[in-house]
Amino acid sequence: MTMQPQLITRVHVDQAKAGDGSPIGVLRFSGDITSTSRDVLFGGYAEVPATTRKLVFDFSKVEYLNSSGIALVIELLMAANKADRKVQSFGLSPHFQKVFIMVGLNKYTHLQADEATACAAFVD
Amino acid sequence: MVQDIPSTVELRLPSKLGFEKVAMQTAAGVARLMGFPDERVDDLKTAVAEACINAIEHGNRFDERLSIGIVLSMEDGELEVKILDSGSGPHKKVHAPDIDRKMHGDEEARGMGMFLMQALVDEAEWTQTPLGGGCVRLMIRLDKEEE
Repeated sequence: MTMQPQLITRVHVDQAKAGDGSPIGVLRFSGDITSTSRDVLFGGYAEVPATTRKLVFDFSKVEYLNSSGIALVIELLMAANKADRKVQSFGLSPHFQKVFIMVGLNKYTHLQADEATACAAFVD
Repeated sequence: MVQDIPSTVELRLPSKLGFEKVAMQTAAGVARLMGFPDERVDDLKTAVAEACINAIEHGNRFDERLSIGIVLSMEDGELEVKILDSGSGPHKKVHAPDIDRKMHGDEEARGMGMFLMQALVDEAEWTQTPLGGGCVRLMIRLDKEEE
């Protein structure tokens, strides 16, 4: 029997409130974000009510992220963009903040220092 | 007289996604032993992981009968990592991702691995082995102030 490496992605969806009282869908990612994460990531995204226009991505418990995982984050941002949703992100390590900036992702999701800052960053 | 022979660490890993983590942790361990700061170690880990993923996906095409080789060589404040597969080397050039094109669906969301490798290490080179396999050579150097 051959050994199959365990790559485990989890998404927990929480709700927070913006300064104006509007709902924020918080997607808390944990474990690995790789090419095998698509169903879990988009499953988490689908749990956010369609009427919620503000999203926060929490990367603080992500242990491993590779370029295929970043591509899935891009696809999530594409989905959010199409639905006219704004996305703030926090919890990336300094290394992955650098990588996100290298590939230009900070143009489509602001990289915030923490959850409170991310939730406060929605201006409308 | 003692000759200055480079020290090497070698790994052979199955062509299965996930095993790149073994290569990146090994490379990180060696880089830390050499005195590289955490920031450079993180850069190397990502570059090695991306090279291994490409070797598994594009070089060996997920063929579980094939393995990928990783050779880490330490010499004079330089750490060279070679990632070897049974493919014929890359047929694409490195290009910087265009996030606007990706976001609008005009460019594949994937396809950033080679760019990240080149951006994160001091040298990244794609060659072929004498036997015709694919080889990625990554190099990081200790800066003088880091030594």
